[in-house]
Amino acid sequence: MSMDRRKFLKIAGISVLGFSIKPAANLFAGREVDVRIHPNPKALRAKRWGMAIDLRRMNERIAKKCVEACHRFHNVPHIPDKKREIKWIWIESFEHAFPEQAHERLDESLKEKPVLVFCNHCEHPPCVRVCPTQATFKREDGIVMMDMHRCIGCRFCMAACPYGSRSFNWMDPRPYIKKEEENSKYPTREKGVVEKCDFCAERLDKGLPPLCVEVSEGALIFGDLEDPNSEINKVLRERYNICRKPSLGTGPSIYYLL
Amino acid sequence: MYDGGKILSGLIIGIILLTFPLWYNLGKAAKIPEPQLTPKAKQAKYCVEPKEFMQAEHMALLDKWRNWVVRDGYRVYVGFNGKEYDMSLQNTCLDCHSNKKKFCDECHNYADVKPYCWGCHLESKEEGK
Repeated sequence: MSMDRRKFLKIAGISVLGFSIKPAANLFAGREVDVRIHPNPKALRAKRWGMAIDLRRMNERIAKKCVEACHRFHNVPHIPDKKREIKWIWIESFEHAFPEQAHERLDESLKEKPVLVFCNHCEHPPCVRVCPTQATFKREDGIVMMDMHRCIGCRFCMAACPYGSRSFNWMDPRPYIKKEEENSKYPTREKGVVEKCDFCAERLDKGLPPLCVEVSEGALIFGDLEDPNSEINKVLRERYNICRKPSLGTGPSIYYLL
Repeated sequence: MYDGGKILSGLIIGIILLTFPLWYNLGKAAKIPEPQLTPKAKQAKYCVEPKEFMQAEHMALLDKWRNWVVRDGYRVYVGFNGKEYDMSLQNTCLDCHSNKKKFCDECHNYADVKPYCWGCHLESKEEGK
């Protein structure tokens, strides 16, 4: 069979075109997996999750219960060394939690109050701005979430957070989690990542409120700050409330009812 | 050639040393990995995707799962047979494949891959450590 150059080039051109169309067509065929994932239909949804902590109802027992429940569920290790301890939620004195509000004549009952502090899930989270890998990011529902898979342990977020809400794993946390207390349904962390409260994103996605809210006997009120009819907005309208370091402009989503 | 004897014997020793792993392991093929299914996995008959896909692509699928779950908040995966699964390595995969040592490690050791999933995700308790 004889073929002149012109004909050969034509056929070659068409074949190359054919080869290039196939991958391009695949690209536009639509990823079938997209329709094969969906959120749990029971998931709780909000525009911006927030919490109100009723300091009148709060006491030592309830506060300890919240800390205990949270740390146990999330496999938070008990590291005795204060410099290396890990905490998601902890008890602070009023003057430490609210240095701007504390003064000489502070109400006696407030002086002694155990104040629960944890991640404020800020509207403008400084930790998210500084994270170089976007391991810390803001979900659409306002939760400042951590993707442990991406954390490189640079600790910029810890320097950025004005509330000290973040802890770094200086060592393998597993030896500090008692075997019998281990929650086999939840992962641990490993050496070299930063961790913090994530508003129980996993529970919310299953339709459950955060664990601390569940065990707080009504002292913690959780809800949508963007929904004017939510319980949290009602109580925030009715009661005088404060939040931590508002002058910094981070826009905390945690309010304390006095 | 100066010092021909020394050079040649040096070369021969060098070649023998370099090829040592080749002829030392000659005829001794490493055992082909045989991942074992737990009774529960056998009973389920299907994984979330066909066996061939899971064998080749489970790592890519898990990578997608973790992003969908943690970053996008999608928790449910519809398997190839229409069944819905909670996307969770620790709670779904390991629920059936509770024998990490005989299932996961079998191939991972053979291929000398060291996935760091287990740095955080706990293996199931039945097996112990």
